[in-house]
Amino acid sequence: MNRRLLMLAPLGLVAAGGAGFYAMLRGLGDGSYDPRGVPSALLGRATPAFSLPALEEGAPPLTEAALRGLPAPVLVNFWASWCVPCIVEHPQLMRLAREGVTILGINYKDRPADARAFLQRHGNPFRQLAQDAPGRVAIDWGVYGVPESYLIDRQGIVRWRWPGPVTPEVLEQDIRPLLRRHA
Amino acid sequence: MRRTLSALALALVLASGLSGAARAVGLPSEMLRDPAQEARAREIGRELRCLVCQNQSIEDSEADLARDLRRIVRERVAMGESDRQVMDYVHDRYGDFVLLRPPVTWATALLWGMPVLAVGGGALAILLVRRRRGAVPEAPPLSEAERARLAALEDEAGR
Repeated sequence: MNRRLLMLAPLGLVAAGGAGFYAMLRGLGDGSYDPRGVPSALLGRATPAFSLPALEEGAPPLTEAALRGLPAPVLVNFWASWCVPCIVEHPQLMRLAREGVTILGINYKDRPADARAFLQRHGNPFRQLAQDAPGRVAIDWGVYGVPESYLIDRQGIVRWRWPGPVTPEVLEQDIRPLLRRHA
Repeated sequence: MRRTLSALALALVLASGLSGAARAVGLPSEMLRDPAQEARAREIGRELRCLVCQNQSIEDSEADLARDLRRIVRERVAMGESDRQVMDYVHDRYGDFVLLRPPVTWATALLWGMPVLAVGGGALAILLVRRRRGAVPEAPPLSEAERARLAALEDEAGR
């Protein structure tokens, strides 16, 4: 009896491995598992202090003060005119902005003229726009590629981070519930 | 077959040559003046994962972000920070993922324990197999009748 159980052990191991791989492949398929995804170290923490020049000339700089004591949660979006996935996510940002959600844009390693041209062509969903040409503030936030979006609650705590474009699915399944929860 | 082999060899040579050339911090403009500080910065950089390419350290990567992180590491080394402080600065921003040698936690226990498990499992298997072999009883010596029969059979075969 004991020996027969032992003979079954490799079969059990293979079955467990198979189940594991199946779960991974499913996760890869529906986007819930990303082996290359870098988990954010900022979740549950206050946004780091920063001060960035505005994209529009003459406008005041954007600082972390804009993210404290707010009437509603805000979305902070790191983007660039040279970033192709940013074009993919743009309609979703426009939709949120039309619905009254505050989106702050941080223009990453870009030329101001290019950034302005991008917004002229695709529309401007950003309540405030800052530029991070050296990319240092992005590093303070743990950004590792554009686009990247952060949801900040009313106290200025980072509640959610999404590396990659905000697709319609991400908008419906992640952002909307989060906006409701932290309203 | 031979052609495949030589192509493979060529590819290997090219790959090794390329990876040599791709060493990102050959650029003098990026290096610190002080060779001791530069060596320290390099040691630190080798421990930090490039978050874009992920299987390279920031010292080996050509990615923009890796270059920025190399610069930050060098700035902080030049400011007189200890290796630990510089690592903490980057770790604070990018979490455990940025460390090429992840800390031992519950989440990484299996990863770190795997070599012990593998060697231990192998040793256990060898032990079990050897014990089973040892357990096979020695054949008892032939009895008088058996010996006679064996001689008879050998005789018959020899004839």
